[in-house]
Amino acid sequence: MDLAHDEPNYMLIFYWLAALTALEVGVTYAGLPKVLMIALLVGLAVAKAAMVAMYFMHLKFERTTLGLIALTPPLLLVMFVCITYPDTAWRLLAGH
Amino acid sequence: MSQAAAAAEHVLGVEPAESPLTPESWGKLGMWVFLAGDAMSFGGLICGYAALRLGNPSWPVPSTILGVPFTAVMTFLLICSSVTMVKGLESIKHGNRAGLRKFLLMTAIGGSCFLGMQAYEWTHLIASGMTLTSKGLFGATFFVLTGFHGCHVFSGVVYLCSILGNASYYSADNHNSVEIAGLYWHFVDLVWILIFTFVYLI
Repeated sequence: MDLAHDEPNYMLIFYWLAALTALEVGVTYAGLPKVLMIALLVGLAVAKAAMVAMYFMHLKFERTTLGLIALTPPLLLVMFVCITYPDTAWRLLAGH
Repeated sequence: MSQAAAAAEHVLGVEPAESPLTPESWGKLGMWVFLAGDAMSFGGLICGYAALRLGNPSWPVPSTILGVPFTAVMTFLLICSSVTMVKGLESIKHGNRAGLRKFLLMTAIGGSCFLGMQAYEWTHLIASGMTLTSKGLFGATFFVLTGFHGCHVFSGVVYLCSILGNASYYSADNHNSVEIAGLYWHFVDLVWILIFTFVYLI
């Protein structure tokens, strides 16, 4: 049982997800500068993932505990990427 | 446990929270903890893929090898199946068991179609010469990431079918198991959204 709330408009969320997916494909083929393309695609993916998590998985209406559990893997993975990035960058620069 | 809590348990069929941080459903907590672990598995694979790709300037551009429009349809299909899953849960919350069965069936069919399309994509790529060892690590990372996700989709379809088989047990007062199954399915969709972006588009 989650906290009492009005059901979100699931169809509206679906339309947003469909539109953002189409936008992602458009960005891929738009011939944008690489850095801009990557930033846009990552932003769109994170937005879509957040919508699925908050509304379809009901995180927006749950108690704090579940939100903390859900937030932990992304934070740990960002740390993981930051920790491994010096090695990756060195390999790129050194040509390994 | 207080009298009020005991009364609530009798009516709701779940143990009520005793503090602001205690989840209202232990089953949901269990599924979220499992999903957090699974997220670390997928995250490890995706971050490993990112590290390998960033360190290799000769990595092929995925959109020149992989079928992006076809995969976009697959992504859309999985999003639709997430919608039908949440509509199924909404139905049983209102005591509509027939609605639950209908939407669960649609969700399972959507997942099965996704698997079929994935199998078609893999067959097409393998027939064109792409293997686990082709194009450096491109082939290996692609097949491992999408294959690991495909296994999750297959497990999810089996899980949904078991919930569908037990649909007669669920009601407006007893649908926690449906919601928990829905969490797993939405997670599978969420991961695919990320895989589609990082493996196919970027």
